[in-house]
Amino acid sequence: MPDVELRRSPLDAVHDALGARMVPFAGWRMPLQYDGIIAEHMAVRERAGLFDVSHMGQLSVDGAADIAALQQHLSNDLSRITSAGEAQYSLLLNDAAGIEDDLIVYRIAADELLLVVNAANASHDAALLDGIAVDVSDRWAMFALQGPLALDVLASLGIDIADLPAFRFRAVTIAGHDCTLATTGYTGERGCELLVPVAAAVDVWNAVLADARVTPCGLGARDTLRLEACYPLHGNDIDAAIDPIAAGLGFAAPTGMHPSVDAIRAAGPARRLVPVHVDGRGIPRAGSRVLDEAGAQIGEVSSGTMSPVLRAGIALAWVHPDHASPETPLAIDVRGTAVPAHVTRRPFVPGSLR
Amino acid sequence: MADASYPDDRRYHEAHDWVLVDGDTATFGITWHAQDALGDIVYYAPPEVGATLRAGDPYGELESVKAVSDVISPADGEVLEVNDSVVGSPESVNDDPYSAWLVRVKLSDPAAVDALLDSAAYQALIS
Repeated sequence: MPDVELRRSPLDAVHDALGARMVPFAGWRMPLQYDGIIAEHMAVRERAGLFDVSHMGQLSVDGAADIAALQQHLSNDLSRITSAGEAQYSLLLNDAAGIEDDLIVYRIAADELLLVVNAANASHDAALLDGIAVDVSDRWAMFALQGPLALDVLASLGIDIADLPAFRFRAVTIAGHDCTLATTGYTGERGCELLVPVAAAVDVWNAVLADARVTPCGLGARDTLRLEACYPLHGNDIDAAIDPIAAGLGFAAPTGMHPSVDAIRAAGPARRLVPVHVDGRGIPRAGSRVLDEAGAQIGEVSSGTMSPVLRAGIALAWVHPDHASPETPLAIDVRGTAVPAHVTRRPFVPGSLR
Repeated sequence: MADASYPDDRRYHEAHDWVLVDGDTATFGITWHAQDALGDIVYYAPPEVGATLRAGDPYGELESVKAVSDVISPADGEVLEVNDSVVGSPESVNDDPYSAWLVRVKLSDPAAVDALLDSAAYQALIS
């Protein structure tokens, strides 16, 4: 794909100056890595990492009628976040309870919401929510600051969020620019995500990165970190043919919201998304077959990698419910070799968030 | 990671492998360019000792965090030894791709190695 067709982050030139390896991702030119995925991954687990996630989409929903209409499409209960400054993980569902996207809803005001959605789905979501939501992705750059020292880094910038619970947000000022800080993330570590006006993006990025404890991190580490934390990636682990219960996301789909979800919850899903720890040598990859102890196929890997922390292969895999309990032994077919593995518990790596 | 380099003491195969001849045996490895393209290497699946290698065919696998890559034999021969230190510490290929040899091979035709690329020709290929 030629670069000219790709959208560019407001930090595009900054990434090049930092020596990033830039790759096409969801129609954007984004950094895969700077110094290396493992070094960046460990920086987030041990100190703090700064990610450019400006490719994420933002949709605005304004007015009580549009919010009521939006609720019909969302898995989670918007009445659980009534106060400005509260946020919620939710799923955009179709009529069959399939997950069209996963997203975070921010209660900006009583009659105003902001949805932060996956880059690859932003235009799809806007089309699904035509007449309800407006795509405002062009207004914002977005960064994630994640790691056990993230709050210390923020404190050095004069921002104290020690008392701000998870899934809240508030206005902050960084390098003289008004930003929105949310206690959300995709790594399992403490920290925040920052919505930054496009014109302020370079100033804010440089102000945070000026702290020697902060390492710039690319999409490669973002993927290995989210997999260690067992966060599913839409388009890989979950999609429009998969329901919240099977995906283990029932916490974001309370009973009584959608009859189709309730029916699946009552009947039990036909398969389940489980974390799998590889016990032998070999790295599971998306599409790897999951085998029972007799060698029969019982599922398929949807995401896999080498865990930099565990130094073992890890995967999220779809398996038959009979094989979904923790400690169930199974095997992963790694290019023709059945490598021993077992179902484990979420997350693979408990970050500082837990 | 070391800076890019392509030592003059060995020959290069267009599939980004090097061969360092010592009499009728040689060690094989991958180039700085190859390890850089792969990224952090986390797994080396070596061939069996005694396996027959054919120039241009894969003999093992190197896997990074993001991708799997076949390792291509730069010459014909028979595997005498696998570098177990690379099996145990695959990241050593990133640290120094020219010390971290992958296999030691008894060459079928040591003279054939002379027909491979020298450092300058390989650097021209990848530039």
